[in-house]
Amino acid sequence: MSVLFVTGINSSYFEIIMEDQNKLLNEVTQRDYRFGFVSDIETDTIVKGLNEEVIRIISAKKDEPEFMLEFRLKAYRRWLTMKMPEWAQLKVPEIDYQDIIFYAAPTQQAKYESLNEVDPELLRTFEKLGIPLEEQKMLSGVAVDAVIDSVSVKTTFKETLAERGIIFCSFSEAVKHHPDLIQKYLGMAVPINDNYFAALNSAVFSDGSFVYIPKGTRCPMELSTYFRINAQNTGQFERTLIIADDDSYVSYLEGCTAPMRDENQLHAAVVEIIALNRAEVKYSTVQNWYPGDKNGKGGIFNFVTKRGICMGIASKIFWNQVETGSAITWKYPSCVLMGDNSVAEFNSVALTNNYQQADTGTKMIHIGKNTKSTIVSKGISAGHSSNSYRGLVRVAAKAENARNYSQCDSLLLGDSCGAHTFPYIEVGNSSSIIEHEATTSKIGEDQIFYCNQRGISTEDAIGMIVNGYAREVINKLPMEFAVEAQKLLQISLEGSVG
Amino acid sequence: MADVLEKISAVQRISGLLDNNLSKIEEGLPAWVNQIRQPALKAFQRMGIPGFRTENYKYTDLTRLFGNENFRRAYVPDDFEVDLSEVFSCDVPEFDTHLILVVNGWYDEKSNRNTTYPDGVVVKSFRRAMIENSDLVMNYYAKLAPVNEDPLTALNTMFSQDGVFIHIPDHVHISKPLQIINILRSEDDLYVTQRNLIIAGKNSQVKLMICDHTLMPQQFINNNLTEIQLGQDAVADIYSIQNQHNKTASLSGIYVHQEQGSQLVTNAITLHGGIIRNNLKVLLDGEYASAKICGLALSDKNQHVDNYTNIEHIKPNCESNQLYKNILDDNSTGGFTGRIHVLPYAVKTAAYQRNNNVLLTNAARMNTKPQLVIDNDDVKCSHGATVGRINDEALFYLQARGINEKEARLMLMFAFAHEVLAEVKIEKLRDVIDKLVNKRLRGEVSKCHSCAMDCIR
Repeated sequence: MSVLFVTGINSSYFEIIMEDQNKLLNEVTQRDYRFGFVSDIETDTIVKGLNEEVIRIISAKKDEPEFMLEFRLKAYRRWLTMKMPEWAQLKVPEIDYQDIIFYAAPTQQAKYESLNEVDPELLRTFEKLGIPLEEQKMLSGVAVDAVIDSVSVKTTFKETLAERGIIFCSFSEAVKHHPDLIQKYLGMAVPINDNYFAALNSAVFSDGSFVYIPKGTRCPMELSTYFRINAQNTGQFERTLIIADDDSYVSYLEGCTAPMRDENQLHAAVVEIIALNRAEVKYSTVQNWYPGDKNGKGGIFNFVTKRGICMGIASKIFWNQVETGSAITWKYPSCVLMGDNSVAEFNSVALTNNYQQADTGTKMIHIGKNTKSTIVSKGISAGHSSNSYRGLVRVAAKAENARNYSQCDSLLLGDSCGAHTFPYIEVGNSSSIIEHEATTSKIGEDQIFYCNQRGISTEDAIGMIVNGYAREVINKLPMEFAVEAQKLLQISLEGSVG
Repeated sequence: MADVLEKISAVQRISGLLDNNLSKIEEGLPAWVNQIRQPALKAFQRMGIPGFRTENYKYTDLTRLFGNENFRRAYVPDDFEVDLSEVFSCDVPEFDTHLILVVNGWYDEKSNRNTTYPDGVVVKSFRRAMIENSDLVMNYYAKLAPVNEDPLTALNTMFSQDGVFIHIPDHVHISKPLQIINILRSEDDLYVTQRNLIIAGKNSQVKLMICDHTLMPQQFINNNLTEIQLGQDAVADIYSIQNQHNKTASLSGIYVHQEQGSQLVTNAITLHGGIIRNNLKVLLDGEYASAKICGLALSDKNQHVDNYTNIEHIKPNCESNQLYKNILDDNSTGGFTGRIHVLPYAVKTAAYQRNNNVLLTNAARMNTKPQLVIDNDDVKCSHGATVGRINDEALFYLQARGINEKEARLMLMFAFAHEVLAEVKIEKLRDVIDKLVNKRLRGEVSKCHSCAMDCIR
């Protein structure tokens, strides 16, 4: 969307708008974090700090087989040789890895048979979040694998899924029951030496979700995991692995929140997706970790590595994301299009407010013939925030007829924020067609004026315009998420236009 | 690891060259010029030889070029017997220019001495300007192009001795274009440093052409830096035509500082060359200043052409517009980095950028990196980049009308290139460049018909 600034409108009217906007801006910036509360659940943590001993303890606590410990130690040793990347358009305060608790699990780890057995405090937490497990179970048919502080608490609908041979469980369970699959696919999309945070995650990850869709199976419902950081001083390192076998389909959802904390908390997750022949994986996420207060104090450092591999012929991977939280977001969901005729899409809305910083985007690596990728990135920055799109489209010499279309729009709300675009396009094949376009603009006074004229208040007008702006991406989200995402955007942005 | 060792040694070797030849380099130049050499050296040592690890040089690795060279440096001008300006006498009607000849980075006093300029316009050797016009030159020298931003700039400042100085006084419109011809001519492999300064006064107008040529088959590295100051309401058109042989490395930097209401047009046409890197930095430092920046590169064989632009919008109400195109054949590689930076107070900015590329073979490679860095909300900014092939439908359309495929392809490529050429405002020059590009696309040696040498006049 390109918003034109039109001059020549009555200047006194402008002042009124500006005044209104400043007032609204203040209201929004003074808004408290909606999910800021601490659940009083007993957590089982280990001592602060990171060394080989800590990794051995994590592995032992989780009762892991030998190959997992090897994997972790190898990653840790590799991590020690790596340096924190500095290329992103981010100001990251130094992170003291010895001051972080690398493992925090809710106690009472017994496997619950029914919801009644679940810690009532935990259930109340979910209710506050608006994610009542029971209701969801009955009404929406969404199977939820809730991960609190990195350990999976409850997986619903497991039996229904098991009938079709679909495996949807916590990562630790998968390590116990399906070690062959884990051994084969873990680290395939994101190798341990991929980057600093991927190496860290590989060394210390506590839990996450595991999905396997067998050949020719269409997953009958959307699979969903809910992550939440609860305990203090803890880092969350979850690991998600999704494998879609030949001719299968799955839509997977991930949502995140974290309660309000003064100090910064670290989150370094890894998500790997493997799509085999003609398989289709749709991955959607709404990220709403605590972004820090309006002075930029506290908040989550979100350093995430997500990558999918279109391994087979005509496989498809779709990344859909709505990013509204975290003090710092560093996230590039990527696709390697290896199989011929494979398709990848990346749709993103990233919103930053106050002192949030986001450096997010995607990588599309075209290797197979006739591969197609689409990138739609919508950045919205407000307050003093900084929002960057950083993306790479690479076409290998043998990727005949590769096709990419990228569109990166930035919307600026307020005069102290920044919007940046850093696309990298590397093309080595003459039959490919690669297009990239980007625009940066603010909401035009003329648009607001148009709405006002028709009796729509400035606040509603801004809501409408922002929603329209993000609509293209939100429409790609599954129904449940689309509603939540839309609400999130509205809460975050009501009137915050300058 | 070997790579790292090589890098360090090249930096050391080049630093050594400065130390060992300091008296020759500094001789006769005022102290304020020589004082900047040491800070430049420090900056260069800090940044090192730019390679793929340097973000701004990600797609142009110069470590090998500098690692292997041990070229002669011309610390004093080479003595030539032939008056080169004779060679260039040509008779294109109604297209004449004030000719300024530069040989191996040195202003050619011999051939330039007979040229006179109207209305107080000063064109002289940069060396003489540094001595004779100290007061004026020191305001701009190494200030428009600070040494700590770019390693090639630091390198140039370390070794700078001569080049061209042009001063257009306030309110002077010079109607006849100025033409700088840079000639590389040496019996052995040569490393050339050239430094130019162009000052266009208040409300002045100037058109400038810069042609780069190699006359000998030896290897050359040409590190050419131009600082340009545009005063209030000044209008400057700068066209450069790079037509060198494939063993030449041309590393050029242009730094422009624009004041209120000034207008800049640049157009860089690259026809031939080995490794070409063009850096262009424009500071829009006055309200209502505008810059139109274009470039076209046609490359084949193992050529490498990388255009880097950095447009800084500092003041409100400025406009910038960039258009770069590449056509890449054989094993050639192309790079483009276009950066638009809008500072917090530069409201009402309009900044556009477009980069279109055509790959003709699978061995050719194009890397493009358009960037927007926007720190304020009252802007209209966009960029677009495409890499693709000749449009099949257009090709079919032409073939259906009886034009054979080869000719149809050429027509389409020419049309693609012409969008950039159309920005050349000197009509005669545009026609000449049109012809050169046409011939270049046909694979013929691009020589201007009416000239003895392959230059355009």
